[in-house]
Amino acid sequence: MELLPTIWFVAIAVLWTGYLFLEGFDLGVGMLMKLFARNNTDRRVLLNTIGPVWDGNEVWLLTAAGATFAAFPLWYASLFSTLYLPLLAVLAALIFRAVAFEYRGKVDSERWRNRWDWAIAVGSFVAAFGIGAALALTTTGLPLNENGDRVGGPMSWFSGYALLGGFGVVAFALVHALAFLALKTDGDVRHRARRWFVRLVPFAVLPMFGWMVSVQFLSGKPWTWALVAAAVAAVVLAWRLARVGSEGRAFSALGAFIVCATASIFGAAFPVVIPSTIDPAFNLTISNASSSDYTLGLMSIVAAVGLPLVIAYQSWTYWVFRRRVSAAHIPEAHGFLPAIAAKVMIPKDNTPATSTRPGD
Amino acid sequence: MDALEIARWQFGITTVYHFMMVPLTIGLGLVVAIIQTIWYRTGKPEYLRMTKFWGKLFLINFIMGVATGIVQEFQFGMAWSEYSRFVGDVFGAPLALEALLAFFVESTFLGLWIFGWKQLKRGVHLACLWIAVIGSVFSAYFIIVANSWMQHPVGVEMVDGRPVMTDAWAVFTNNTALVAVPHTLFGALAVAGAFLLGIAWYHLWRRRHDGIDVVGNDGKLVPGEAVIPGRDKTDYTVWMTSLRIGAVVAMISFAGTAITGDLQGKLMFEQQPMKMAAAEAACHDGTGFSVLSVGNLGATNCDDIVAVIEVPGILSFLAKGDFTTEVKGVNSLLGEYKEKYGTHLPDNPLYGERAGQEIQYVPVMEVTYWGFRMMIGFGGIAAFAALLALWVTRKGIVPESKWLMRLAVLGILAPFGANAAGWIFTEMGRQPFVVAPNPDMNGIDQVFMFTAAAVSPGVSAGELMTSLVVLTAIYAALLVVEVKLLVKYIRGGVASAMPELAHAQDSADHHDKNDDGAGPGKSGDDVLAFAY
Repeated sequence: MELLPTIWFVAIAVLWTGYLFLEGFDLGVGMLMKLFARNNTDRRVLLNTIGPVWDGNEVWLLTAAGATFAAFPLWYASLFSTLYLPLLAVLAALIFRAVAFEYRGKVDSERWRNRWDWAIAVGSFVAAFGIGAALALTTTGLPLNENGDRVGGPMSWFSGYALLGGFGVVAFALVHALAFLALKTDGDVRHRARRWFVRLVPFAVLPMFGWMVSVQFLSGKPWTWALVAAAVAAVVLAWRLARVGSEGRAFSALGAFIVCATASIFGAAFPVVIPSTIDPAFNLTISNASSSDYTLGLMSIVAAVGLPLVIAYQSWTYWVFRRRVSAAHIPEAHGFLPAIAAKVMIPKDNTPATSTRPGD
Repeated sequence: MDALEIARWQFGITTVYHFMMVPLTIGLGLVVAIIQTIWYRTGKPEYLRMTKFWGKLFLINFIMGVATGIVQEFQFGMAWSEYSRFVGDVFGAPLALEALLAFFVESTFLGLWIFGWKQLKRGVHLACLWIAVIGSVFSAYFIIVANSWMQHPVGVEMVDGRPVMTDAWAVFTNNTALVAVPHTLFGALAVAGAFLLGIAWYHLWRRRHDGIDVVGNDGKLVPGEAVIPGRDKTDYTVWMTSLRIGAVVAMISFAGTAITGDLQGKLMFEQQPMKMAAAEAACHDGTGFSVLSVGNLGATNCDDIVAVIEVPGILSFLAKGDFTTEVKGVNSLLGEYKEKYGTHLPDNPLYGERAGQEIQYVPVMEVTYWGFRMMIGFGGIAAFAALLALWVTRKGIVPESKWLMRLAVLGILAPFGANAAGWIFTEMGRQPFVVAPNPDMNGIDQVFMFTAAAVSPGVSAGELMTSLVVLTAIYAALLVVEVKLLVKYIRGGVASAMPELAHAQDSADHHDKNDDGAGPGKSGDDVLAFAY
């Protein structure tokens, strides 16, 4: 077994775990903009819990994709070209969602805000679903030929696993966001989020378990089965902690669940990166899809320095913005008086005896 | 159009669009960081206002660069899977490093800057912006290292038909990249310079138009105040200072692009002689630079192109630094290329319908010839306009002419045009190669890839057309939204980015206040300095 490709398989699994853990809650908060928030103040509370961090969270996706390109070019090429249309949907969703966060508050109009709220909610849903589906398919199989290209039409990648993965990530993101809101907000939003979490979490993790168990049946190992059991324990723990009002620990326990879940899934799939449903001989594995040891070695050195640094300063961001946000902290939407308006008020104290131009 | 052509159009459209947001992000980020530094050191209120106002426009634009950047990273795999397989070992690394070392820094520290006005100490807050800006410069470096490898492959050897990295130092210090990085950064600053200049000019013009500032008989401007938040005497200083910073930045950056562009040109005459010959529409070997050439530039046979106005010696100067060395024209290069890289595309299914076709080594000359001239022309116009603007406003007065104001605003577009033209020139000029062969390296001359072989074999033309239409439609709609928002906030003036000015209106001493309401937390309730 090659050491460097194995390290990079683990690294990419770690990047996806980081992505699902971090962007998991901000995707969920996005969906909750329409499902949970009751008025504009609620929505602004929700938005401002993720405001300073969502963009940094999304970079975990870019890094996972970039690292896949660099470490396993054949995995990257086959996965992204095979899932052309679903990834197009993910791209469109991420574009709208990002722009919506920034532009929503820039015009003080109910219609304007409502449109961007929908962009955030639908964008978050489509992105979560698409990425969940893509990850489920790379761990369960795609119709690849010997060159790693898709056999069949634009939708031939579809399987039930795509639905399990899609709904798995969507539902996880929703409850993860509820746990996050219970931890990060105060007042009504906090208590409702906790109640919703307690009620929903037992069901919300089911599709993700479906995906986990499917991968175990396809290619599981004893230790990855053990991780499935650990994931069950983590969810039960999260549920119990939330019930007694221990919000921080409940959030951490659900975080432990996603770590166990991705570890069990990627661990079971290892060393295959995409099984071919056409012929197992066409499987892409860490050996036949990887870059040279030279490239992997170089990247290992950079990542060994860079990744801990990223984790350090991102943690610092969460520390800086550690305080709970509540409705009381949300300032009035400022309708500003445009400097250049149709009608200009006459200057107060600017009338020199003679001027080249009378004030109009 | 077949899959290849659609995929190329998509890459072109999405990249040129992305690169409207990127130079403004890099250039304006740097300028805002400098302005905030001046505020930090002097405490002058106009610099705080400038930081807030230009920072607001910076953010409205930044998010578009982020959103459209994701498309770039995904579409290599989606639409160009054969390319990704071929180059992944060497091309993927700078992309991954860009995400790991630059994007994380940019996004995290910009979040701290936006939301941390009160949570962070002033110095730390300023440092966050600088770190984010330096992140964006690193991002430019990594992506240009990747691009430069496509222009000039180095540091690899072929193993089983694919280039494998053997010398990372060579890849990351590729001389093509080392000159392209400063060229691109100066290009970005040129965009920021014209942006500041045009908008500041508009505000100064408008203050006179609205009768707030008047020129006395002694020819001196008397700044006044209107009963509108932010339109006080400090406001005049905000715009006049912005105008001057913008003009100086525009001129420095033009000088920078000219110097680095000259170095780049000399390298490119060695590394991609056909691109430069096509940029000149030069059929025959010679020394003259064409000011105007007519004829059928689109033809593959370039014999009917006539240089109407030609300056002898200049082409040799661009290529070699003297006035006499003959520079090879298209006709003599064509023979060399055919001999080295073949006359026909291989009979390989990867080339689809194009397998076995004759290779067109001459890029579309209409694009290379005019792209090259538009880049230089727009850049020069912007710099000249900046010089003129400085001179005209030397007494602190912007003329009342509406047309001059319109020209100043229109001038914002010139450096955007120069940036786009430069990239279109260099990317189209590389054709028919997606990875151009490196002629001066012994042994790795065979590391090249034809664009015709790069597209995803498993993706249908219909899928590509879908994404082309969807992305173009989204981009067009969002451009309208972005420009509308920018215009709204520009017309809103400083108060649009500093609502606290509206409340400060009553206080008599607001000219003397150093921090206009910003600064580290005064009250324990300030959870957010800024709220969505």
